[in-house]
Amino acid sequence: MPEAMPEAQCVQIYLNGMPRQVARGTSVAAALLLHAVPCRESVKGTPRAALCGMGICFECRAVINGVAHRRTCQINCLDEMRVETQR
Amino acid sequence: MHRYDLIIVGAGIIGAAVARECARSGLRVAIVEAGTPGGGITAAGMGHVVVMDDSPAQLALTAFSRGLWREESFPVSVEYASPGTIWIAADEEEMAEVFTKKETYARAGVHSQVLSAPALAALEPNLRAGLAGGLLVPEDGVMYPPAAAAYFLRQAKEWGAEMIAGRAARAGEGSVSLDGGLRLTARFVLLATGMDCALLPAMPLRMRKGHLVITDRYPGFVSHQLVELGYLKSAHKVAGDSVAFNVQPRQTGQLLIGSSRQYGSDTVAINQEILTRMLQRAEHYMPGLGAVSALRIWTGFRAATEDKLPLLGPAEGLSDDPTLWLAVGFEGLGYTHAPGAARLLADRLLGRASAMELEPFLPARLKGSAAGKALHA
Amino acid sequence: MSAANDITHADVLVVGAGPAGLAAATAAARHGCDVHVLDDNLAPGGQIWRASSVAANTQSTQPMSSREKAIAALHASGATLHCATRVFAAPANNVVDVLEQDEHGLRYTYRTLIVATGARELMLPFPGWTLPGVLGAGGLQALVRAGYSVAGKRVAVVGTGPLLIAVAAHLQEAGARVVLLAEQAGLRTMLPLAASMLLRFTKLRQGLHYAARLRGTPVRMGWWPVEAIADRGVLAGVRITNGSETRTIDCDLVATGFHLVPNSELAELLGCALAATPVGRRVLVDTYQRTTRADVFCVGEPTGIAGLDAALLQGEIAGLTAAGQPSTHLHARAAAERAFGKMLDRTFRLRKALRTLAAEDTILCRCEDASFAQVKACAGWTEAKLQTRCGMGPCQGRICGPATRVVFGWEPASVRPPLVPVPLHALISSTSHHEENL
Repeated sequence: MPEAMPEAQCVQIYLNGMPRQVARGTSVAAALLLHAVPCRESVKGTPRAALCGMGICFECRAVINGVAHRRTCQINCLDEMRVETQR
Repeated sequence: MHRYDLIIVGAGIIGAAVARECARSGLRVAIVEAGTPGGGITAAGMGHVVVMDDSPAQLALTAFSRGLWREESFPVSVEYASPGTIWIAADEEEMAEVFTKKETYARAGVHSQVLSAPALAALEPNLRAGLAGGLLVPEDGVMYPPAAAAYFLRQAKEWGAEMIAGRAARAGEGSVSLDGGLRLTARFVLLATGMDCALLPAMPLRMRKGHLVITDRYPGFVSHQLVELGYLKSAHKVAGDSVAFNVQPRQTGQLLIGSSRQYGSDTVAINQEILTRMLQRAEHYMPGLGAVSALRIWTGFRAATEDKLPLLGPAEGLSDDPTLWLAVGFEGLGYTHAPGAARLLADRLLGRASAMELEPFLPARLKGSAAGKALHA
Repeated sequence: MSAANDITHADVLVVGAGPAGLAAATAAARHGCDVHVLDDNLAPGGQIWRASSVAANTQSTQPMSSREKAIAALHASGATLHCATRVFAAPANNVVDVLEQDEHGLRYTYRTLIVATGARELMLPFPGWTLPGVLGAGGLQALVRAGYSVAGKRVAVVGTGPLLIAVAAHLQEAGARVVLLAEQAGLRTMLPLAASMLLRFTKLRQGLHYAARLRGTPVRMGWWPVEAIADRGVLAGVRITNGSETRTIDCDLVATGFHLVPNSELAELLGCALAATPVGRRVLVDTYQRTTRADVFCVGEPTGIAGLDAALLQGEIAGLTAAGQPSTHLHARAAAERAFGKMLDRTFRLRKALRTLAAEDTILCRCEDASFAQVKACAGWTEAKLQTRCGMGPCQGRICGPATRVVFGWEPASVRPPLVPVPLHALISSTSHHEENL
């Protein structure tokens, strides 16, 4: 079951190359917000962060482990995950 | 006294280009369009500005017209760019064709450059390994067709052309009657109606359905319009369904992935089997495409003639009406052909000297054509 | 490419594991149907029952325990739940293609399909709404449950609808300072709703629960946002007005939403008849939750926004009907809940001033950065799509479509597959099951 994780432990991820600790179960979008890292740069180059939080608006797209355009609000942080602002 | 010199039915990229050319040459022009300008088959295709060499006439018109595209400076919205086309040779047999094609282009004054396998890999690292090479045609272009049509229309209006919203119920004998009763008169009526043959059922056109997929933005993933050379062998046969690897980098960073050609389907529904074959072909040439995010899939129709050349000029032979002219049957090359066809038609209407002959494209050549009779009898 | 074992058959396929979908699946499975439930999220519950995914962050609230009961009931019923799975195409009758984990293409066939796709927030464009830190109200709530901390943050909650109160209460509970709750509907408009809630125990209890938590929160009825203000690119506050005066409220986050838009796209793709609403479309159903399409039911918010109780009843009715069981004992209550939904629509009807919040350079389509001025210059949705790419980005017009409907009165665009962006290989694997495999 991909539901609530019982252990209150942290995972280490990299946001634009910077190591960051977040609680296990934190979504990538929440991690980006926590650390004030934009998810993406818009078509005209302005920073954007999560909007709908439920997988509909695609504002929270970022690059996860080299794969572009992932919806970060629908993906939880995993150890050693590398997240990049989508440009 | 006629109100107009020319009424154009259809505000796609062809109608818009002809309207602009004729209006700026001093003709009084009206354009009649029922839907969204540029929203018909103009919006369905890739917008590849490409020199093609299926026949000498096609080579002459595409080269002439591409030259006109290159002369203009477009607003950013048109997204005109010149990434060039690379015709990809999968094997040594296709590589031999590369050299033939280069010679054909050279005779028409079209610059191209043979790419060895390593040169091809260096230019397009996301292509699969093991390809034989290719032919780079650096002056070929890409643009965003609905915006190009809108730009031509805007300019046509600046030169005095009138845009009239409405559906043409009847056209000919120097007039166009709209639904609702309005009747417009002109010396000439030009049908630039894409695949809609309602106004002249004798138009010898067949519809070739195509599928396209557009992706999210992946800037730099592809740098040139990439077309497999097998396209010439398979996709351009007149009969039979076919798919080919054909990927275009949009100015936005999006990828347009094609292509397919199908006869005998008149629904816009996506054909699962053709789509699968088309995408498998794309992934075969460019394995990384499998992970790319597809935003939309759509189908469109190309209006094709039996000799693969457009119908340009008086409808003589297809109609007894001396006022009726045609600009249809481009089979997907309307993007390339638009400014060239517009120039030749304006020259003929005005009695000006032309840079090239219109004769190979005159509709009369297909008088009594099987396609026209079979499909529109 | 892919084998026939990628095809799963379900008697009853439920799309959406929110309250309506869970109720439908449970009812059908209890009566012997082989039920599969697909949901886009990482866990069941939908939006209203979204659980915290972070262990350190557990709160036990009343809705949570209803959620746990519903999920336990689902599992006990024998239905199979598939999370992180979304439908993207319906290539033939009784067939859908789905994307699992944003990656793999799978195919389901079904005897009966129950659409329980919920709703999304209506987002209206106003200057500054694209700044990081301006979020959907439900969106911010979801992100808090997904590990974002609002402790000590000053949050302004602005917009309309019953969700705002719930969100404000939740944020307060999570440690935020809710510095503003601005509801565009005026106090007088709210009175009929308040009166009806007095007569309905569960809704009254819920209302009082929120009211208790919001004690001390500045609440402004009949006020709405006009601009989110940035200081050196960082959100610093929100300007609000009541039409005669404006105020600026300093804050770190703006949570905004203008009530809900039915997620009707899947039903439309399946060919079900829809009716236009002021913000989008809703799916037409009969009292058994049957759509105009044989074998397709629709439950919950896609049939018209009516809230949790309506969703649970509609779900149960559809599940029972799909299993060939009687459901008429539930119809009267379902009708009452539908009437409650209509009252919500009336109460939170958008005032005209909200159509003109955007400035010329305000972004209207966030995916493609099409501005209000660019879109306004177009004659309608088709031209806007062609000339500005409004609605052509990855959200497929889910956000800007309802916004253009409110702002310009445009008809929503028709729905085409894929319903959501899909990797090319998923398209290949799903489409490579040709007709002979069906």
